[in-house]
Amino acid sequence: MKCSAAFVFSENTLNYHFNKDHPFNQKRVLLTKELLEATGQLSAEAVLAPRIATEDELALFHDVAYIQAIKKASKSQLTDSEATQFGLGTEDTPIFPNMHEAASYVVGGTLTAVDAVMEEQTMHALHLGGGLHHGFKRKAAGFCIYNDGAVAIKYLREKYDLKVLYVDTDAHHGDGVQWAFYDDPNVCTLSIHETGRYLFPGTGNVNERGLKQGHGYTFNLPLDAFTEDDSFISVYDSAIKEVADFFKPDIIITQNGADAHCYDPLTHLCSTMRSFEYIPKIAHEIAHEYCGGKWIALGGGGYDIWRVVPRAWGQLWNIMHDGHVLTGKIPPTWLKQWEKEAPTPLPAYWQDEKEIVSIPRRAEITEKNEKLLQSMLKYTKKIM
Amino acid sequence: MLVEEIMNRDVITLAPTDTIEKALHILQLNRIRHIPIVEKNKDVIGIISDRDIRDASPSIFKNNTVAEELKNELHTIMSSPVVTVHPLDFVEEIARIFYDEEFACLPVVRKDNRLVGIVTEKDMLQTLIQLTGTNVPSSHIEVRVPHRPGILPEITSIFGKRKVNIVSVLVYPYKDDPAYKILVFRIQTMNPLPIIQDLRDAGYDLMWPNNIPGPKR
Repeated sequence: MKCSAAFVFSENTLNYHFNKDHPFNQKRVLLTKELLEATGQLSAEAVLAPRIATEDELALFHDVAYIQAIKKASKSQLTDSEATQFGLGTEDTPIFPNMHEAASYVVGGTLTAVDAVMEEQTMHALHLGGGLHHGFKRKAAGFCIYNDGAVAIKYLREKYDLKVLYVDTDAHHGDGVQWAFYDDPNVCTLSIHETGRYLFPGTGNVNERGLKQGHGYTFNLPLDAFTEDDSFISVYDSAIKEVADFFKPDIIITQNGADAHCYDPLTHLCSTMRSFEYIPKIAHEIAHEYCGGKWIALGGGGYDIWRVVPRAWGQLWNIMHDGHVLTGKIPPTWLKQWEKEAPTPLPAYWQDEKEIVSIPRRAEITEKNEKLLQSMLKYTKKIM
Repeated sequence: MLVEEIMNRDVITLAPTDTIEKALHILQLNRIRHIPIVEKNKDVIGIISDRDIRDASPSIFKNNTVAEELKNELHTIMSSPVVTVHPLDFVEEIARIFYDEEFACLPVVRKDNRLVGIVTEKDMLQTLIQLTGTNVPSSHIEVRVPHRPGILPEITSIFGKRKVNIVSVLVYPYKDDPAYKILVFRIQTMNPLPIIQDLRDAGYDLMWPNNIPGPKR
């Protein structure tokens, strides 16, 4: 396959910053970019500067009242009670100066990626600053203000009338995007995440399948806590292939949260780099098989920003760039540049050791995930 | 929580002189399973369920389309008298009625048996879902605590200090050990880590999957 890929980035991306103690830290985007530059995988020509999303574009998904509230919050003019109503001023989504502009750049970056693919400047486009899947129509939640994925899908629907497959492999359920298109049969959402029994947001059960005409176009695979690579890869492989075959999308958008790794502090999933190499590899195949290569990949969660995210997102780009993951050593220049700042030793290799952890309940977990997969795919063969 | 807060006020009813055929049609059209039978002033005198109707209908293997059985009037098959509840009853009280009597639906009435609403098993389950807090984006934390007065405020003060809102609190027994209770919190945050750490530091026993710092490291 002859591919081309664009990497949407500018320093503006990094302004999406709540406070220094907040786990959502966009420094990981910079770390990834520099890692890729150090390996020679990312050239200046591939980098695309994001535009800012207009208010009209935000309003494709968000309520105008919500956008106005974010603008007020941006200038510290929002009262406490208004803030609460819109999910702002909480520990998860605190108010910060110029948050409207920062969040509009996030959405703009994703729209830039969409435009680049739709105007055929490139086949694939990556926007690691995006993937903020918990943003609701009129409520901020789970570190997300504007939902760039939902806005981009609305944009694709209105401007190009394409059938969109959204695949979300963040460890948290992609609730904001799911509910945005719950009754839309032209948008199929597939979210593979840790079960909501313990983890935020709690939704994403296998029986959430969509409403009205959209029934049968929402897929959820809630994995057991402590799921490892083998089980993750096996269910992901079947899920994405069968759903794509059922839906036959025109374009694929992936949300590539990197928080299902066993080092991630916020979740209880236990995958390693092996899963993060496999996820984009298959998404890439699907994009070529069904969508003529049209693929937009977004970032998302990922809270071990030193050991996990740069490598996981680095491999995502490597696949988009030339179809291959890198193996062997991490460039020493990158290690040297960041090792003083990192609170833990940085990984020396692209791949993890064979087994970082060993889970005693592995057999049960694998069995349970497999059962859920069967249940989730129950309707993929019947409808049509 | 009061019955009037969860009941459905929009109730489809029939008269005792209506036919079984009409009832069958209404059940199918509205995808409901019960119809209260009322007289002029909406006073409930009976109730029919989809099972009553089915029992009174001809077999699906007979294909005479205008079966005589369906022309019978509803008062011939309705259950009467009806167990009813009041809008100011507590939800937990009527849960007991559902459980003991094995009903799937209860008409809600005021003076003179005047119908004002209906509560079904489904409404009860929806209430249970709300009580558990799983309908709101939140994280789940379980703590095992000694069963003694004052323990709840000690724990909740930790949540308060971190300015994290609690969506729901449940207290349930710890296995068969009366000396302990399990407290289940659903809290409105995607990042429960600081709270988990505070709870650990304060010496509380967290339950799975947060009871171990590893195998995650």
